[in-house]
Amino acid sequence: MEAEKVIQTVDLSKHFGDFIACNAISFEVFKGEIFGFLGANGAGKTTAMKMLCGLSAPSSGKATIAGFDIYKQTEAIKKRIGYMSQKFSLYEDLSVLENIEFFGGIYGLSQQEIKQRGQQLIDQLGLADVAKNMVGSLPLGWKQKLAFSVASLHDPEIIFLDEPTGGVDPVTRRQFWDLIYAASVRGITVFVTTHYMDEAEYCHRVSIMVDGEIKALDTPENLKKQFQVDSMEDVFFELARGAQRLGD
Amino acid sequence: MEAVSINSLSKSFNKGAIQALDAVSFSVQEGELFGLIGPDGAGKTTLFRILTTLLLPDSGEATVYGWDIRTDYQKIRREVGYMPGKFSLYQDLTVEENLSFFASVFGQKLTDNYALIQDIYEQIAPFKDRRAGKLSGGMKQKLALCCALIHRPKLLFLDEPTTGVDAVSRKEFWEMLKKLKAQGMSILVSTPYMDEANLCERIALIQNGKILSIDSPQGIIKQYPTPLYAVKAKNMISLLATLRQQEQLASCYAFGEYHHISFKSQDAQQLQQLQQTLEAAGHQEISMLAIEPSIEDCFIELMH
Repeated sequence: MEAEKVIQTVDLSKHFGDFIACNAISFEVFKGEIFGFLGANGAGKTTAMKMLCGLSAPSSGKATIAGFDIYKQTEAIKKRIGYMSQKFSLYEDLSVLENIEFFGGIYGLSQQEIKQRGQQLIDQLGLADVAKNMVGSLPLGWKQKLAFSVASLHDPEIIFLDEPTGGVDPVTRRQFWDLIYAASVRGITVFVTTHYMDEAEYCHRVSIMVDGEIKALDTPENLKKQFQVDSMEDVFFELARGAQRLGD
Repeated sequence: MEAVSINSLSKSFNKGAIQALDAVSFSVQEGELFGLIGPDGAGKTTLFRILTTLLLPDSGEATVYGWDIRTDYQKIRREVGYMPGKFSLYQDLTVEENLSFFASVFGQKLTDNYALIQDIYEQIAPFKDRRAGKLSGGMKQKLALCCALIHRPKLLFLDEPTTGVDAVSRKEFWEMLKKLKAQGMSILVSTPYMDEANLCERIALIQNGKILSIDSPQGIIKQYPTPLYAVKAKNMISLLATLRQQEQLASCYAFGEYHHISFKSQDAQQLQQLQQTLEAAGHQEISMLAIEPSIEDCFIELMH
């Protein structure tokens, strides 16, 4: 049986005036896959991600996310995905519990579901002692782990993570990846961007965008073979060095 | 002469609830490229703000080129360049206007020290009439560096200049720093990227307001207490789970293509025994090798 495709794009493009931010990208992501979405600053990653989340209409091309059309069914898409970025994740001046209640409500969970899953989440992360503390008072690493769990509170099919581990200490960064592995094992697809090249190695498959196009897409092992280098960092250098754009 | 000398510097916020800096001491030599390596919240920015005389410490002493940060702040401000972590130029002035403004603040003309910034400025010169707010991230970073350099400071403070910047641009930025150092400039730079530590002459590892270690990158690596090994197998996620169950291991962390492990006691048989355990657990294509620790390995070790 063929693996279920949860993201499927064909020639997806986005133009801003005569600037082509995203140029006919075509790829598929499978259920439970950890998909690394790499690229230099300004390569078009954010533009592509916004389209995939249903936040920005494409200029041309086709895509389905969790089986829904990227043009007509954006509201259905938003219910089936989770999103977390490094910059904005949770409300700092709400407590841990209040954030869970707020986002649970946004995702349309019932009061009972919120209570039950919230408790589960707090136990899993060992946050019982600080559940009533403001999120702003938590260390960055805890915040990011909590933000990830909140983004998956509604059991989404896909979680989009935009540089989730930037600036996080090395131990917490690895604990964060444990959460990603666990989500993947539960069948959640993880779509992740990062500037840490060691993290590219943790992905099942990796795509590398350069100047609005996907220039390479394969497992880390095959990419290293293809470019005859020893590390994903070198694969990235090989591709991104040729970039024409001057960053975002 | 020491470019920076810090003695037992402490700073807390929120009535002592947050200890941003806890008795930090180190010095930066004249002409040295010194790195402050640590995650967000370690206290790096607080330290920069104190050294650039924008914030007063609760206790402790610090001097910049011999000038006291409390009493000689005017002299310090004249002689240092500061690139904050957050983009702090005037968004609605053009590239060229920003540069002229910062030169004039120091009583100089753009042309006085142009040679120092020429290499960097030429890369953004095609956009000199564009407003700073409309620049790309990479170009903003280069403009901010030019503005911090335009009065030819003795000492350059760079607070996380490469955060959020891709691997290629990060490499280019460090090339620029090397050139500035070659011209005799003292540089104190902070970064959360552990791999950048190797590009500094000496580094201080910092976490929760405390210095964990200060030395050359090689010196810090030499202090790693035990032999370190890299392990790889076909299924890396389940390999990590198996390794974590092994009581003879002192540490086990994912490091890209490999997992890094160290043993609690040193015994020649251990590697072979582990190999057998992993095979028995069904792991395939197992390979193990002794490796030299990276700065990130050392940081993790020092965090415990």
